[in-house]
Amino acid sequence: MFERLKNIKKTILESQVWRSMFRHDYADTPRNRTLQIMSNVWMHLHPPKIRRHAIRVRFTWCMGGITFLLFLVLTVTGVVLMFYYRPVAEYAYADMKYLQFDVPFGMLVRNMHRWAAHGMVITVWLHMFRVFMTGSYKSPREFNWIVGVILLTLTLLLSFTGYLLPWDQLSIWAVTVGTNMARATPLLGHEGPFAQVVGVTPRYDARAFLLGGTIVGPPTLLRFYVLHCIFLPILASVLMIVHFWRIRKDGGISGPL
Amino acid sequence: MARLTGVEVQIEEPGEATTWSRRDFLSLTAWGGVLAFLSTISVAFLRFMFPRVLFEPSPRFNAGSPETYQPGTVDTRFKQSQRVWIVRYEEGSFFAMLAICTHLGCTPNWIPADRKYKCPCHGSGYYMSGFNYEGPAPRPMDRVQIALGPDGNLLVDKSILYSMRPGVDPDEQYPDSLLKV
Repeated sequence: MFERLKNIKKTILESQVWRSMFRHDYADTPRNRTLQIMSNVWMHLHPPKIRRHAIRVRFTWCMGGITFLLFLVLTVTGVVLMFYYRPVAEYAYADMKYLQFDVPFGMLVRNMHRWAAHGMVITVWLHMFRVFMTGSYKSPREFNWIVGVILLTLTLLLSFTGYLLPWDQLSIWAVTVGTNMARATPLLGHEGPFAQVVGVTPRYDARAFLLGGTIVGPPTLLRFYVLHCIFLPILASVLMIVHFWRIRKDGGISGPL
Repeated sequence: MARLTGVEVQIEEPGEATTWSRRDFLSLTAWGGVLAFLSTISVAFLRFMFPRVLFEPSPRFNAGSPETYQPGTVDTRFKQSQRVWIVRYEEGSFFAMLAICTHLGCTPNWIPADRKYKCPCHGSGYYMSGFNYEGPAPRPMDRVQIALGPDGNLLVDKSILYSMRPGVDPDEQYPDSLLKV
């Protein structure tokens, strides 16, 4: 019996299907450790070896890691929510309520998305605070600091665009106030400096570009939905790839220079 | 290329005076094409994001016959629906003003007894002309265009805004905002 199981295991492990996917064994040797990474689809996600100081939570707070985990949670729950949510003025609010009160586990998924979103904004700030306080923005990491600042902005924009999607009074007025700031954009906002020189009007300026009109209406909902679900996440993902890659190229997590 | 072909052969080495090599020309043409393409679609996309038709409430409305407005009053009949006061001075001229406080955007009230607009949020006060004189409001309230239609009715267009600068009397800033009847 035992012998048979062993034979089955051997057959599987030596089959072409298995060997085409896993090209080395798991004996704990430095070579296998490296191969595990180098021959892996997740090659750049995790380094082959982690130095002891890199996992010192009192130093890193693991804030970047937690931020990334929350981003993954948001991506998964966000895609799940997309199965029910329609970004149309007539349906958006009802779909949100439907998710909350009738869809099985809908409340759980929506709240996971909501709390992970709040959490990500907090952890991203704490991550920045930690990087600043440990001086981890200094050369040669200054490029990654800039990438991080852009990622922070993208996180806030993701949070802001997602805030409109429930399409209730709170979100509509929050976005009204938020986009009213675009009125005062220099050159591009119709109430900003040099507006007359450029010739922008309430109908054609930075705010109208965001809103798809002059008021927060159905076009705004659709526009923010596309930004929230497609444009910003893809942009953030690309920059995250660069961010993680730069961490490893510039001395590793919390590595001394 | 000449260097690779042989020792003796002196193929026309591109002279210092000649302009671009063939390679430079093709390369620059290709990059120029890419750049032209990208800038064209960027401009097209920018325009794409501003639709020609907006499905929004019209910014224009008919404010009725001028005779229905008493001289020397601030008329609040369109305040609820359009957020606009129609004001008529003693001498008979009209102007239309947005009921938006220039401090933080609340809706002030016209107080006939005090002959002033008063904002309930932070106490900004304005004269009948919209000129701010008390409270935190930084500048006079903005006016919009009012005109006389072909049928003799008043037409208000909220898309044409007279944005007020601080410290200058609104009637002097924008004489055009006044409609003489």
